[in-house]
Amino acid sequence: MNMISPIFTDVGALSDIPRLGARCVKTAMGDIAIFRTADDRVFALRDQCPHKHGPLSQGIVHGTSVTCPLHAWVISLETGEVEGPDDGCTKRFSVKLEHGRVLLAVAP
Amino acid sequence: MGVEKLVVVGNGMAGMRTVQEILERAPGKFEITVFGAEVHPNYDRIMLSPLLAGDKSFDQIVINSLDWYKENQIELITGEHVNWIDRTKKIVRGHSGTERAYDKLLIATGSNPITLPLPGAGRPGVMTFRSKADVDDMLAIAEPGRKAVVIGGGLLGLEAAHGLNLRGMEVAVVHLMPTLMERQLDASAAHLLEQKLLARGMKIFTGANTKELEGEGEDGAVAAVRLQDGTRIEADLVVMAVGIRPNAGLARAVGLECDRGIKVDATMRTSDPDVFAIGECIEFEAQCFGLVAPIWDMAKVAADHLTGAAQTAFVPMATGTRLKVSGIEMFSAGDFLGGDGAEDIVLRDAARGVYKRLVLRQNRLVGVVCFGDASDSNWYFQLLKDDQDLGALRETVIHGPVSTATDPHESLALLGDDAEICGCNGVRKDTIVKAIEGGCTSVDDVRACTKASASCGSCTGLVEGLLKLTLGADFKPAAAKPMCKCTSHGHDEVRRRIRTQSLKSIPAVMQALEWITPDGCASCRPALNFYLLCEWPGEYQDDSQSRFVNERVHANIQKDGTYSVVPRMWGGVTSAKELRAIADVCEKFAIPTVKITGGQRVDMFGVKKEDLPAVWADLNAAGMVSGHAYGKALRTVKTCVGSEWCRFGTQNSTAMGIALEKMTWGSWHPHKVKLAVSGCPRNCAEATIKDFGVVATEAGWDLHVGGNAGIKVRATDLLCKVTTDDEVLEYCGAFLQLYRQEARYLERTAPWVERVGLKYVQERVVEDEANRKALYAKFLYAQSFSQIDPWAEEASKHRQKYQPLAELV
Ligand code: SRM
Ligand SMILES: Cc1cc2nc3c(=O)[nH]c(=O)nc-3n(C[C@H](O)[C@H](O)[C@H](O)COP(=O)(O)OP(=O)(O)OC[C@H]3O[C@@H](n4cnc5c(N)ncnc54)[C@H](O)[C@@H]3O)c2cc1C
Ligand code: SF4
Ligand code: FES
Repeated sequence: MNMISPIFTDVGALSDIPRLGARCVKTAMGDIAIFRTADDRVFALRDQCPHKHGPLSQGIVHGTSVTCPLHAWVISLETGEVEGPDDGCTKRFSVKLEHGRVLLAVAP
Repeated sequence: MGVEKLVVVGNGMAGMRTVQEILERAPGKFEITVFGAEVHPNYDRIMLSPLLAGDKSFDQIVINSLDWYKENQIELITGEHVNWIDRTKKIVRGHSGTERAYDKLLIATGSNPITLPLPGAGRPGVMTFRSKADVDDMLAIAEPGRKAVVIGGGLLGLEAAHGLNLRGMEVAVVHLMPTLMERQLDASAAHLLEQKLLARGMKIFTGANTKELEGEGEDGAVAAVRLQDGTRIEADLVVMAVGIRPNAGLARAVGLECDRGIKVDATMRTSDPDVFAIGECIEFEAQCFGLVAPIWDMAKVAADHLTGAAQTAFVPMATGTRLKVSGIEMFSAGDFLGGDGAEDIVLRDAARGVYKRLVLRQNRLVGVVCFGDASDSNWYFQLLKDDQDLGALRETVIHGPVSTATDPHESLALLGDDAEICGCNGVRKDTIVKAIEGGCTSVDDVRACTKASASCGSCTGLVEGLLKLTLGADFKPAAAKPMCKCTSHGHDEVRRRIRTQSLKSIPAVMQALEWITPDGCASCRPALNFYLLCEWPGEYQDDSQSRFVNERVHANIQKDGTYSVVPRMWGGVTSAKELRAIADVCEKFAIPTVKITGGQRVDMFGVKKEDLPAVWADLNAAGMVSGHAYGKALRTVKTCVGSEWCRFGTQNSTAMGIALEKMTWGSWHPHKVKLAVSGCPRNCAEATIKDFGVVATEAGWDLHVGGNAGIKVRATDLLCKVTTDDEVLEYCGAFLQLYRQEARYLERTAPWVERVGLKYVQERVVEDEANRKALYAKFLYAQSFSQIDPWAEEASKHRQKYQPLAELV
């Protein structure tokens, strides 16, 4: 099988992102939020809530979810989907950790 | 026969418990006199550890106040050390000559701490850990940064080390044996314990023999502990916690039969039939005692025989040990080392730091060690005391009662009547059940009636379970709504546990109260962060990740993701300089909207997150600080012009407003708090819809509380009238502190005052002067840590967090 492997770019150190917090990466395709969980896993989502475009990077991170700062929708970091009664999905990006550095794949 | 005379020597835990038991059985039978060598009323010696750690005050650990002695017509002679008993004439004499005749005598002199006969042991700064006086001595030296060495890594030594550590001292523990608490823990559990203590910054020397306590000259204060191998550990304070010895000297001197302790039979009688002895000073069947559980049993037996109420006999039971170090759960009982012919069942959960070991002989439980999770220890302890064949239970017993009973209440039902539910106060299951059958319907009722769960609170869940079990469908679980879906506890219970178990971080709360999510949610985390901040000012490290974005970035988020910025304008008064700085900032950062708020100040809308630190720096440069327009905090103090200009003004409301704002700015609260001051009853500052409103009169000031505009309008209630400016500040600080301490997160003063009643607030703040002053002092103390302008701090320290992590274009 022929797979195009994504191109990862180093966007910073894991320690630049607070635990249970997020930082934002500005790209030509809009802002991407990188989240860090309590157990030091990282996730990347488009920094836009499916509800009214609230900046998810500013929300409260708990478990593998983030609560949007504007109207408290809860979005899964793993799937980008809205949890609970509401519906919607935000785009996910590939991100990984290598030697304490955060690598983000911006291209599809 | 007239009233008999009972004299008690020793005003400690055993002696007074016996007196209580006697009063329950036969009030009025004895004329009671108590001699106590200590100068205090009877206090809970167990609680000296939390007293040392600063988690309790002395008042909180007093068991029987002086009033109690009076009410029960007990003569208490404190500060009097009994040094002679004339058994022929039946007279007791104290060291300063006080004499009392007795018909029956009870000796309850406890034990003495052992001091090692080391060179330098007499130096100032070397002490033991047994009494209130010892704690006072330690606290006189304990200061952040100073050094303490605790000799002895047993229960008492580690509790001393923990307390001194919490007081900010650098603590080292020197222990003779290869592992800590070897009398209670096996090596695995001891290792986990050591790791925990090391993580708290303590130094631990095991297998270490102390050689000398060094200091200047012959009798200079202690400066270091020298070990046998030459190691020198600096010390401003040395605590010897190497064991206790029954205090039987007096009994021995007057010819009562003694060995290590005063010899008693199963009725608690000594070799003289009119003299009883109980507590740590005794020896029964070659056994001495060092924990309270058996002492409670002795007290009952002694009371039965002294009053003739029943013919009972003392039977020593297995005892369990817990370590009272917050954040470390540990329990051990019985023969936990096993060995010959014993079988072990072990469970380890590394992720949770849990280690459990059960020791079985002939399929009966004979020993338990739990570390990291002691929630099932009551159940194990009961199995151990029951001494029954475990049968099929053996397969699942290690997983605790939940795995054996599908309904967790079933495991409570399985407990025997005499199972101890509350370890701190020695309350048995049947006592609680009786109280419930006698009319208690809530945990609070049971607490008031039996003292169960009144000390450390870790048995609250069990008490609740017994309520459910006994009342069945009639049990209405404490009306308290759970805080959120992460826990079954309500706000008040969580706050109580934070206080009584001295939980000092969000993970500690979640661990102790068994949160069902790993790190909470957006609703409980901000609440916990506030509760901890409020409870432990100056100590708790604020967790900004648990704050709503506005409080995390010190600005209000807008619908488009930009922010608004509101500088403080003290009492609504501004100046040309401030207005010019605001104008300059707006132009420099192209801020699109500038608006006067409903709170008498200026709001700048549409500021980009990246620009926030620079905007603040410019405002700071003009002397302005954050207005906390974004926080569950003090917002504004609205004022009117007042007597300075207004033809009706009776007092200077503007100056008063500024003084209030200077005192209260920066304070965090369960919800936002707004103040206002009007210069006369025309009330142009709308003080009667504020959380705390002040209205001037000819005679002084009217103080109003619990007002709210917003969603549901509520006019204030009149709290009281005062005459001086200082009183306004004092009442305001006290009111806000009471609100901070007791209201639930996101409850504004209006619903809070309605819930608890104005009367309650008046009792605490107006009528009880001492309480008002204490609340005010607490408020000011907390303010000494919170009046730091967050803008200046962020602009200087955390600038980077406002920038994107990277820009990829
Ligand atoms: C800016 C301001 C409106 C204005 O332009 O005048 C304002 C703006 C907001 N108010 Fe307000 N309130 C403002 C004065 C008031 C007042 C009037 C006052 O303080 O005298 C009230 C009624 C008085 C009261 O609080 O009892 C008021 C009652 C509310 C409420 C309802 C509170 C309640 O207990 O019912 C909310 C909702 C909330 O807090 O949960 C609210 C919430 C908000 C929020 C924070 C909404 C939000 O969560 O984003 C708005 C933030 C705007 C921003 O980004 O700055 N605002 N708000 C006023 C700022 C005052 C200041 O200088 O700090
Ligand atoms: C810091 C600390 C923590 C503890 N933690 C626990 C725990 O968690 N669990 C537990 O079960 N146990 C604990 N204990 C042990 C428990 O406190 C004792 O078992 C209990 O206090 C013994 O009671 P008692 O009445 O025999 O002795 P005490 O409480 O010591 O009372 C004896 C009293 O008699 C007085 N006295 C002595 N001689 C005379 C005299 N000649 N004339 C007049 N008065 C005299 C003494 O001054 C003292 O006040 C702890 C002890 C300490 C010191
Ligand atoms: S009244 Fe409503 S719209 Fe206006 S500022 Fe307050 S919250 Fe926003
Ligand atoms: S924009 Fe996120 S919840 Fe409304």
